[in-house]
Amino acid sequence: MATVITVRAPFAFMRRLVSARLHRHCCSKLQAACFVSRPHSYSLIAGQQHRFFRTSYVAARPVLQFKLSDIGEGIMEVTVKEWYVKEGDKVSQFDSICEVQSDKASVTITSRYDGIIRKLYYDVDSIALVGKPLVDIETDAGQVEGPQEDVVETPAMSQEEHTHQEIKGHKTQATPAVRRLAIENNIKLSEVVGTGKDGRILKEDILNFIAGQTGAILPPAPFQEIRPPPPAAAAPSAPAAKPKEKMTPPSVPTPAIPKPVFTGKDHTEPIKGFQKAMVKTMSAALKIPHFGFKDEVDLSQLVRLRSELKGLAESRGVKLSYMPFFIKAASLGLLHFPILNSSLDENCTNITYKAAHNIGLAMDTNQGLLVPNVKNVQMLSVFELAVELNRLQTLGAAGQLGTADLTGGTFTLSNIGSIGGTYAKPVILPPEVAIGALGKIQVLPRFNHKGEVVKAHIMNVSWSADHRIIDGATMCRFSNLWRSYLENPASMVLDLK
Amino acid sequence: MVLRLSNRACVLSGSARLKSTLSTYFDEMGKAGIILKSASTGIFENLALEDWIPDRVDLQNRSMLLLWRNSPVVVIGRHQNPWQECNLPLMRRLGIPLARRRSGGGTVFHDFGNINMTFFTSKKKYDRHRNLKVVTSALKALRPDLDVAATDRFDILLNGHYKISGTAAKLGRTSAYHHCTLLCSVDRSILSSVLSNTSEVIKSNTTPSVPSPVKNLLDVDPTLDSNTIMDAIASQYSNEFGFDSPVITVDPTHEGLMPGIHKMAQDLQTWEWIYGRTPKFSVCSSIVVDDVTIKLDMDIKNGAVGQCAMEIPENWLPSEMVNEFTSTLNGSNYCPNETTVLVAAFMRTVSMTADVAEKIHRLCAGVVSVM
Repeated sequence: MATVITVRAPFAFMRRLVSARLHRHCCSKLQAACFVSRPHSYSLIAGQQHRFFRTSYVAARPVLQFKLSDIGEGIMEVTVKEWYVKEGDKVSQFDSICEVQSDKASVTITSRYDGIIRKLYYDVDSIALVGKPLVDIETDAGQVEGPQEDVVETPAMSQEEHTHQEIKGHKTQATPAVRRLAIENNIKLSEVVGTGKDGRILKEDILNFIAGQTGAILPPAPFQEIRPPPPAAAAPSAPAAKPKEKMTPPSVPTPAIPKPVFTGKDHTEPIKGFQKAMVKTMSAALKIPHFGFKDEVDLSQLVRLRSELKGLAESRGVKLSYMPFFIKAASLGLLHFPILNSSLDENCTNITYKAAHNIGLAMDTNQGLLVPNVKNVQMLSVFELAVELNRLQTLGAAGQLGTADLTGGTFTLSNIGSIGGTYAKPVILPPEVAIGALGKIQVLPRFNHKGEVVKAHIMNVSWSADHRIIDGATMCRFSNLWRSYLENPASMVLDLK
Repeated sequence: MVLRLSNRACVLSGSARLKSTLSTYFDEMGKAGIILKSASTGIFENLALEDWIPDRVDLQNRSMLLLWRNSPVVVIGRHQNPWQECNLPLMRRLGIPLARRRSGGGTVFHDFGNINMTFFTSKKKYDRHRNLKVVTSALKALRPDLDVAATDRFDILLNGHYKISGTAAKLGRTSAYHHCTLLCSVDRSILSSVLSNTSEVIKSNTTPSVPSPVKNLLDVDPTLDSNTIMDAIASQYSNEFGFDSPVITVDPTHEGLMPGIHKMAQDLQTWEWIYGRTPKFSVCSSIVVDDVTIKLDMDIKNGAVGQCAMEIPENWLPSEMVNEFTSTLNGSNYCPNETTVLVAAFMRTVSMTADVAEKIHRLCAGVVSVM
């Protein structure tokens, strides 16, 4: 315990004097708890105290100058390349402060203290001098109790020992102040979930852990040993301190289950790029009154046809999926129902019937939704369609589609079923007036014309159309025609152009 | 079993080893120096391995050498500007990816004919000259009359003139690594074309790389292939530092052995790291579209277009259309794919006549050609 001293002095001075002694005491406790004791650290702390008294005695929160430490190889000046903090930011000891560069070496400078950044001495691309101040850090009042080794002057080795414990091959990062808190409360750091950067354990994590404790700590068991709690308190899988429970004998009533504390934080970022494009397009689509029409298509015959043709297409170097058939059937249908391939002008005064069938394909790339279109489908054979689809898919995956491929569409199909799903409610892409979403192909039992139950390959289609110019009957008839082409591919051959 | 040990290695005993990580395995080995070879030729996996080792392995009492090679890729230094350093359109056409490493230094081209060596040490033991001595001594041990020497700037020159190795380093809080390349049999025509950049459009504070004449070791001596050289360097490393180092092959995709490495590799592949980390710069360019000269001015910060201004003659495209076009680009990443998608969305949602649409197509193609 701290010895009692009677001192006549200003309050702030006295407080620091008392806390400096406490700090030395605590450090000696820390020494005992550490894996390896470092005798020369004592002299450091004595030196540290000296430092303390030199800082401003008016402020209760000392502002410490953090000087740029020696980088090695006799280098005296470096270029500041990047700041990771700005004035007013809170930093913990060992957080990265900035990146400097000298002679092809990039060096990460980390903070020596916990506190708030009060001043940056250099701009990006200016030359910083070794040994001169880099930043000013205002340390917290609470920091006064913690040890503040001037880490860089010591050999790197002792720093490593103090801050990194290898536990089962997993490093537990925590500042010495946090470690002291854990030791004082008999907490093993390996049992606390860190929520700081890189899984570092913060003071809050220890405090939460203490709040969640039910009593003595069990010998540490691997994670799968957590006893299933009674149904009332469901433990979420979110990062939370999972306290170990005492295994109670049946006669004792169930212990109170501590509430796990969720420490996740919201994250806001601006909308840009692919998302911004989607926001723009879909907001414009809001103006269109959509109606939906859904149906079921029996693709059994198409499945047979495709499996016959697949080998032939591959011998010509092309992957044949179902999409070329769906697209070609749609184009044949549009020949009979040209209103579905039209565009309405802004004031809804004129309809333009587009001559070309430029059918768009919704494509899911790792950056987001892309809708390139195949131009003039009415002139292409199924095979040529497959070639074109392959080309668009390759370009889309590589991020090399041009504006010509992404604009000028007149009708769109979305094969969401390739990922999953049955029915959908697709949104029309302006300036088009209709869109279809194709669900996945499922094998289901159906009755045939003889009343027998047979295996059928069933796919669901969901159409959306602009109800200002398209009525339900038109959509239904188009869908029936499209369906008939696919259910009986031989009829497609008759009408193929 | 992922770890394959060659020569003088410890015996791995079954399942007990599988539960530990690479780091505890090293601790248990108790060697002061270890030589690693990467089993991967993927740049991001190898760069992630370079990040993982100083972060998770105790380097205070142990040093390591990592030998690795990559499939064709261009690697820029941490603070460099890829638009200034390399020929991005050519790289896209050839399918050569771009990576940004975490150390400083200049831009390099890697392929299988290039050996990368990373020397991991504690910060105290960081000594680049000594590391390069390992390389030059190894080469001289193989071919005593080879004229290779390290310079003050940490390059290695062949015959006093051709650069065969460049250096970069990264220092952390307690540990450091120094890596360098070595040209054995790199495809020099691709190297010079992807690293050539004559574009005058970029204005920035970053100092561009200084190009040097290069030569392959294989050109001077056809028997010097990569494997021979790697073995020589490995044994010279042991000699120079007095280690009794085993050579261990490591697979950097093995998350169980190296927890956290997968995320490190993912972080290195994001657009924000590769392109977005470029210090701010501006683009001043003139593009010609339909015989009309258009002046383009863009300020790029963190890889995103901050301010975009275009000077277009009023009779070619009305100014409201131009303003809408530039405001579409503001805030978006300086990336051809994103720009194209945004312009496509713009064209869908703003009504325009067919010939205006055509002009916008060509304008967009012109703008994208600068990126």
